[in-house]
Amino acid sequence: MFAKRRVAVVGAGLTLFRRNLKETGRELAFEASKMALDSAGLTRKDIDCVTLGTAPDAFDGIHMKGENLSDGAGAYRKPYTRVFVGGGTGVFAPNAGWWHVASGLFDTCLVVAEEKMSSCFPHPQYAFTTIFDPIMSRPIGMNLVWIFAIEMHRYMHVHGIKKEQIALVSVKNKGNAMDHPCAQLPAKITVEDVLNSETLVHPVQRLDISPTSDGAAALVLASEKVAKEITDDPVWIDGVGWGIDSTYWTNRDLYYPKYVECAARMAYKMAGIKNPPKEIDVAEPYDPFDYKELHHMEGLLLCKKGEAPKLTEEGVTQRDGDLPINPSGGLLGVGNPIAAAGLMKVCEIFWQLRGEAGKRQVPGDPRTGVAQAWGDLMQYGSVIVLRS
Amino acid sequence: MLREVAVVGLGCTGCRPTTPGLSYKEIMFEAATRAFEDAGVDPRCDIDNFITCAEDYWEGFSIFDEFVPDQLGAVLRQLFTVTADGLFGLATAYMLIRTGEFDTVAVEAHSKASDILTFADIVAFALDPIFNRPLGGHPFYIAGLEMNRYLHETGASREACAHVVAKNRKNALSNAYAAHGANITVEDVLESEQLFYPLSRLDISPLADGCMVLVLASDKVAGKLTDTPIWVRGVGWNSDTPWLETRDWGRSVDTELAAKMAYKVAGIRNPQKEIDLAEIDDRFSYKELQNLEALQLCRRGEAGKLTEEGATERDGSIPINPSGGLLGVGYTLEASGLQKALEIVLQLRGEAGKRQVPDAETGLAQVWRGIPTASGAVAILSNRSRGAT
Amino acid sequence: MSAKIKKYAGERIKTADLRAGKVPVVRWRPKVRYAWSTGIAMSRFLKELKNGKIIARKCHKCNRIVVPPRMYCEMCFRPTDEWVYVKDSGIINTYSISYLAADATRTDKPTVVAVIEIDGASKGIGIVHIIGEAKPKDVTFGMKVKAVWKPPKERTGAITDIKYFKPVEV
Repeated sequence: MFAKRRVAVVGAGLTLFRRNLKETGRELAFEASKMALDSAGLTRKDIDCVTLGTAPDAFDGIHMKGENLSDGAGAYRKPYTRVFVGGGTGVFAPNAGWWHVASGLFDTCLVVAEEKMSSCFPHPQYAFTTIFDPIMSRPIGMNLVWIFAIEMHRYMHVHGIKKEQIALVSVKNKGNAMDHPCAQLPAKITVEDVLNSETLVHPVQRLDISPTSDGAAALVLASEKVAKEITDDPVWIDGVGWGIDSTYWTNRDLYYPKYVECAARMAYKMAGIKNPPKEIDVAEPYDPFDYKELHHMEGLLLCKKGEAPKLTEEGVTQRDGDLPINPSGGLLGVGNPIAAAGLMKVCEIFWQLRGEAGKRQVPGDPRTGVAQAWGDLMQYGSVIVLRS
Repeated sequence: MLREVAVVGLGCTGCRPTTPGLSYKEIMFEAATRAFEDAGVDPRCDIDNFITCAEDYWEGFSIFDEFVPDQLGAVLRQLFTVTADGLFGLATAYMLIRTGEFDTVAVEAHSKASDILTFADIVAFALDPIFNRPLGGHPFYIAGLEMNRYLHETGASREACAHVVAKNRKNALSNAYAAHGANITVEDVLESEQLFYPLSRLDISPLADGCMVLVLASDKVAGKLTDTPIWVRGVGWNSDTPWLETRDWGRSVDTELAAKMAYKVAGIRNPQKEIDLAEIDDRFSYKELQNLEALQLCRRGEAGKLTEEGATERDGSIPINPSGGLLGVGYTLEASGLQKALEIVLQLRGEAGKRQVPDAETGLAQVWRGIPTASGAVAILSNRSRGAT
Repeated sequence: MSAKIKKYAGERIKTADLRAGKVPVVRWRPKVRYAWSTGIAMSRFLKELKNGKIIARKCHKCNRIVVPPRMYCEMCFRPTDEWVYVKDSGIINTYSISYLAADATRTDKPTVVAVIEIDGASKGIGIVHIIGEAKPKDVTFGMKVKAVWKPPKERTGAITDIKYFKPVEV
């Protein structure tokens, strides 16, 4: 009889997130990997395979950058694969690590996510101009913030959401980041600060946005057999999910992220979760913009459509609320080295479920957590469900 | 007990030097439609996962998978990119099915190389920006370095390399999918313009456009979909050092290690006896010889001699690249390995027509990710399941 | 772990130092150029733009009329069946007002960008373009807009043959 294999997270590592770090991409990948291995009490020798997550080559300025990063990620003379789903990559990379181990081909897998955005001059935003369709979008000067402002505006319009409600997310996350040792933009700010900040692309203002960053993160995954040998408290990957919507984003109603729901349903089914708000104790949805945390809470089925702003106003999503959302400080507070930021969220859930999150620890002994990332042309969802 | 995995469908547009009339989306739609028809599946409900194998700079996009789901039937379904050759995608599909969570996976890879205007500059853009790029020059000098060292260490002759070219280009003449079939001689190769000594123009695989899609399924559903499942018996992949400075230039270490893994997974102890034919990386003529040895299909230093004696011809003792290889079919960027797997599937199904290798039961496909990488993958396919042998 | 770690790796560099050349860097401007084949669907679309028309494709199975046109229906996964001209007008589905250039520098004048649901295409089917001849504060959801074309001689078969969409007086 065929038996499915369980996969555990047994170690995690993270570098500082900063606008410019001196380390090269390779060096960052090494630092995060080394910390993850050390925390699991393992060395590179114990690792059977490596998966890498990193966003567009245009940032690092290296074609096939996965190849260039391989030795930094500990993959020298090992089976090594890079997976890539735009901004969704950071949560997708551990999903890829999961199937390496769950397939039975490997007992241990090092999952590494790296981003060195500062290499792109004059500004990393410029690299994003090549994510657009060259016939329909590039000629009219499309840029990344435009399309997210377009999505945000639609979401606000359909549900009648006020900017004040959305700003609360930025206030909460930057505040949470005060307790994160790697954070780039921790701050105590008010809703007024957000509303008074420079308008970049209406309705997006300066403080609605996460920064560009350098940084890396890593996880060590192990089969059930190995996990039980090396740790007393493994955290299990009980569900993985991913989903993609159509390329033609101007043909979709952007008020709701169906792609996230598609990914969440896959992960919840695998994890046997029937009532997400009740069964999930802590969540790290992707928050490169403040409205995205709300949007993604809805896509993750943590609340009804249009209900996330209300829950936020009521304090439900605070660290000590009923459903803590982004206790790490998220991308808004900790920073956004794209793939590394996604994996940082998975690291956070791992630490939360082990009770090792220090000052950021959510109360009530959380047992089930979910992390999610978002990518492509407002099109991709990747989700992971962890349980202690 | 482990699940078994089979290839149950394939689709290919055929490879051509250019395809100006069709967009990359349209060639992908064609190959996918053919593959789903061949497998008898509807991608909108029957395929659990879609994998696209692509690198951004080959496409001219950042985040290429944005532009993929529609033409593969993957809208609001599961799709992702493996930024590697299609053979890595096949290995990924194999793993996904073995987890027990998925029964069917489609793997896509394509080349629209004719859309690229600055190919050599893009290859150079893959070099390390601090150590190697400032040296300048056409990056294929790296192949010259490797070839020279390989010939020096093994004593293989320059002529043996030329033999590979003549054989593969000729094999391609009986392959309707091939873009670069030709009747050329060993002398033609040797007399062609010397570009990166000892490498000459005809030693280099010419680029081609094309798209391939394979459909893989678990043993649970494979039998329902096809009478001729081709079983994936083993997969392996590996990356040697990315540094040019510390490479073992005479060998293909990634191929050696990938093969070792694939043979282990497949339970193959004696590759020379158990592999009936192989499609191996021949991006540059000498690579076929070097890879033949790395795959343990002959002893080190023996590949050149075997080739000159005709052992690797289609009717030889170990047929290599009966499709025409990358030299004959064309170098299709990240589709190169999938093109090789596709040929092995056709051969093992007995559907290879004029180029059919008789009585083939087990075949091997191998690919290298090209300059400047040291990464490669191997897949072992068979028309007999593990249970049947 | 997180709670037990004393020091995290990473050495910060100040952007000002980087700009002032105080940090060693190697510069490279990649030569990457492409000429994408526009294919069957978009070649026709671009040709029609040159004629001052917007053309779509219709799928006879789901009956959707879609623009930008494609030769396959992504929902039914079958070839689309028919060319259909749609109007060069529509309504604003959503919009934003940009003060930002592609390299994150600031622009002098704001640009209004909108998704415009095209009249004659199926409900919810739109394209993205610029809104002109309107004050940003006057732009609204559901506003009717119409294409303003370049003069025929200046058209090249590009999406920019439409200069922008402007509000329609009702």
